[in-house]
Amino acid sequence: MTFRLTNTAKTYPDGTRALLSTKLTVKNGEIVSLLGPSGCGKTTLLRIIAGLETPDLGSDIWFDEDNVTSLPVERRNVGMVFQSYALFPNMSVRANIGYGLKMQKLSKPEIEARVSEVLEMCQLQKFSARAVNALSGGQRQRVALARAIAPRPRLLLLDEPLSALDASLRESLRDELAVLLRKFNITAIFVTHDQDEAMAIADRVAVMSNGRIVQSGTPEELYRHPNSAFVAGFVGNAMRLDGKCTGSILTLEGGGLKLPGEGSGHNVFVRAEDVRIDDNGSLCGQVETITFLGTHYRIGIKGITPNLLTSIFVGQSAPKFGQSVKVAIKPEALILLPAGEI
Amino acid sequence: MIKSKTKILQLTVTLTACAFLFVPIILSVLAGVTANYFQGISSGFTLKWVFRVWELYADSIFLSMRLAISCLIMTLIIGLPAAYGLARNPGWLSRLLEEFISLPLAVPGLALALALLQLYGSMKGFRASWTFILVGHVLYTMPFMVRSILAVLASIDLKTLEEGAATLGASPWQRFRDIVVPNAMPGILAGALTVVTLSIGEFNLTWMLHTPYLKTLPVGLADSYASMRLEVASAYTLVFFVLIVPLLMAMQWASARAQRISQ
Repeated sequence: MTFRLTNTAKTYPDGTRALLSTKLTVKNGEIVSLLGPSGCGKTTLLRIIAGLETPDLGSDIWFDEDNVTSLPVERRNVGMVFQSYALFPNMSVRANIGYGLKMQKLSKPEIEARVSEVLEMCQLQKFSARAVNALSGGQRQRVALARAIAPRPRLLLLDEPLSALDASLRESLRDELAVLLRKFNITAIFVTHDQDEAMAIADRVAVMSNGRIVQSGTPEELYRHPNSAFVAGFVGNAMRLDGKCTGSILTLEGGGLKLPGEGSGHNVFVRAEDVRIDDNGSLCGQVETITFLGTHYRIGIKGITPNLLTSIFVGQSAPKFGQSVKVAIKPEALILLPAGEI
Repeated sequence: MIKSKTKILQLTVTLTACAFLFVPIILSVLAGVTANYFQGISSGFTLKWVFRVWELYADSIFLSMRLAISCLIMTLIIGLPAAYGLARNPGWLSRLLEEFISLPLAVPGLALALALLQLYGSMKGFRASWTFILVGHVLYTMPFMVRSILAVLASIDLKTLEEGAATLGASPWQRFRDIVVPNAMPGILAGALTVVTLSIGEFNLTWMLHTPYLKTLPVGLADSYASMRLEVASAYTLVFFVLIVPLLMAMQWASARAQRISQ
């Protein structure tokens, strides 16, 4: 299903503008992630799409050729996975998954067949007779997903589906979720505040801030060509190099740096993995923090920018605390964004 | 040695307290099955007083049953939607309403009955019918039903559960039937048993509202104490116990269960 939403906004009675006029299109079979910090309006947008929240007048929501703007939630035929899963405690796993099918008035054998199929897809056969309270967090998450897709919704919505899990489980379930969503071959929108999650699962990511979509694109596009300081910072933690641009040279506290192009009127950003400790580097600083992270070290260097400049160091012999180091940054790794934009 | 001394002391206190509570009950029950109480147990045991109570007061027993069941139905019809509404719309207005519903807990039954008599006493048909007592019982037991359901509903994330059901295609009525009621069941059960027990045992208010033709079980009990021989009154107590004690125990069990769930 192709999903289209135009001019959609949400203002609360107290005047809070949770969502500014927004446009979003999701192609058939595409998995789109709404990524942003808490309070950016991403959950509000998702709830408007589901029909759980009424948007402001003038909003338009289309599922293919159907205008669903004024359709109540129960008639939109969407599947939703809630942050807390919202599994019905009065029903078994099987009954939870079959509930949507029962609401569609399918026959008993049909429901049984469809539930069994979904149980198998989500590898939940063993738990089908259990009460939902007797499941682990990861199992609950899968039941919630199975329940949402069993009625074959036109659109699947997921609200922070992994945030209720502990960190060690989250990563493995993230990859599992990505595989499952592809297997269902379903149009999906999912909300998260975790950039890794968004990048791992989504075909396209829409970054949101202060009630609007700031940039939307493939994870690679967002990472390599952010259109604003916010996106550069939120996706991949780009650091600003605060200095003075003259032509294509950027002068920092710790030395000069060659830019890929004309630098004046631009802010320059760089990511930690592109900051290399190199004896032939043009910048000079001092090691302030060293964090060992298993596969690599995170090294904070002072004296180059007003804040610490973080470098990822892969190798055996990390520099010591207080040591003076030379730092090199390739011109093509620098991200130039027009100044004045926040 | 010291340990066993304190043990003995504890046991003595416990047994004394038990005796204080149980001896009157046992005596009363014994009086109800003794052929002649003034001659003592030596006069032999009989069930004739129990049968006599049945002859005299069967109507009271049936009236109390009818009242209790009708009262339960009424409190369910009014109380369940009320508790649901209060749980779904938390806020100062809901809290105020909840307090308002709970007011009959604080007002003495006599005052409640007086107010009812003042307002409806002149409606002859209604005044003389059993539904007049029913109104009093519903007023008096409603807070127990509402609060008991509300406590369970407040402990679950009702809004999200209902939203979950809604995304699966359930209409508001289907959500209420499939999600709200089953999940409120422990509270409903505890509330129902409380309502039935209270309705059967209620005396204050009922005594004010009753007519000579409409005596409930406790009103009949008072009547038998005042006008029958002691054996009959005691047998009445026995009948009353047999009816109310199982209910009381079931109520305890259901309330404990509801409380466990709402924690």
